[in-house]
Amino acid sequence: MDSRSSETAPGPAREDALPASAATAVKIVVVGGFGVGKTTLVGAVSEIRPLTTEETMTEVSVGVDDVRGVEQKSATTVAMDFGRISINEELVLYLFGTPGQQRFWFLWTGLFEGALGAVVLVDTRRLEASFDVIGRLEDGGVPFIVAVNVFPDAPQHPLDQIRTALDLPSAVPIVACDARSRASSRDTLLALMRYLYSLSTSSTAAAPVAASAVPE
Amino acid sequence: MTPSPSESSSWEQAGPERLYVITGGRSASGHRAELDLVTLVVARAAARPEMQPELASILRMCHYPLSMAEISAYLKLPFSVVAVLVSDLLADSSVEVRATVRTAGIPDPELLKAVMYGLQKL
Repeated sequence: MDSRSSETAPGPAREDALPASAATAVKIVVVGGFGVGKTTLVGAVSEIRPLTTEETMTEVSVGVDDVRGVEQKSATTVAMDFGRISINEELVLYLFGTPGQQRFWFLWTGLFEGALGAVVLVDTRRLEASFDVIGRLEDGGVPFIVAVNVFPDAPQHPLDQIRTALDLPSAVPIVACDARSRASSRDTLLALMRYLYSLSTSSTAAAPVAASAVPE
Repeated sequence: MTPSPSESSSWEQAGPERLYVITGGRSASGHRAELDLVTLVVARAAARPEMQPELASILRMCHYPLSMAEISAYLKLPFSVVAVLVSDLLADSSVEVRATVRTAGIPDPELLKAVMYGLQKL
């Protein structure tokens, strides 16, 4: 854990405070395996240094190697890094990075609820790690795009090949991304937003948004 | 008045016992359903010396709107625990929460346009 500044109360630094007019917040989830660059991507576009929120795994998952044989009720905490982008004076976008492994899916219930959509960040060296995630998002009806984080030492494959390898439906966008780059990470988020926008305008069957009235 | 959390080193780790004490053993109910990671919380009352330190900290840090996720990060407490605490503050109107956009399925195009416009300025 990072060091606490000694005598100060917990809370955001003054420059990290949102304007009083901030009224609505939305979220996008970045999901992928360990080391794929989720926090890098979040940090590249966030206006605040990425923060970490933790959740406690209260039930011991059956069949998870890491906790097998642990006798006492242990509280496993799973960390999610997140960042923030003020869209305008009223609207704030939060980006959450969450691990893709199945044993962390317990985090997803509250996380994807109300999320605009997701970016599945993949590493071409470990494509198979993304199969379960993609299947799970499809099952959950979460709109997503795939972003291939371009690692300098990773083999470069044409996106079409990766699409085939992932068995990705043709409608789902796939983009290359350098998670270290603010511009590239921003463009990845924009690709998701354009996809969501196309869904929102093309599907007349889509239910109207149940947005509550914004309080004065 | 409020002891700095760093003084109580044995409580550094948010172990189950500590979390149990903070919440009085309760899980969140009532307002819990409306609290999301991105629900914005704003203080409507000042912290009082006799308050539970975590509640006082929330009131102090929510002078300006702050998301549940940020409160969780700054307090170093799990979201589920923060939800209990914020529910308590909501119950006595010490805080208000700002509406979370609940997208049932596909989000509103106007909202998406606003987000795109904001991202393009990055």
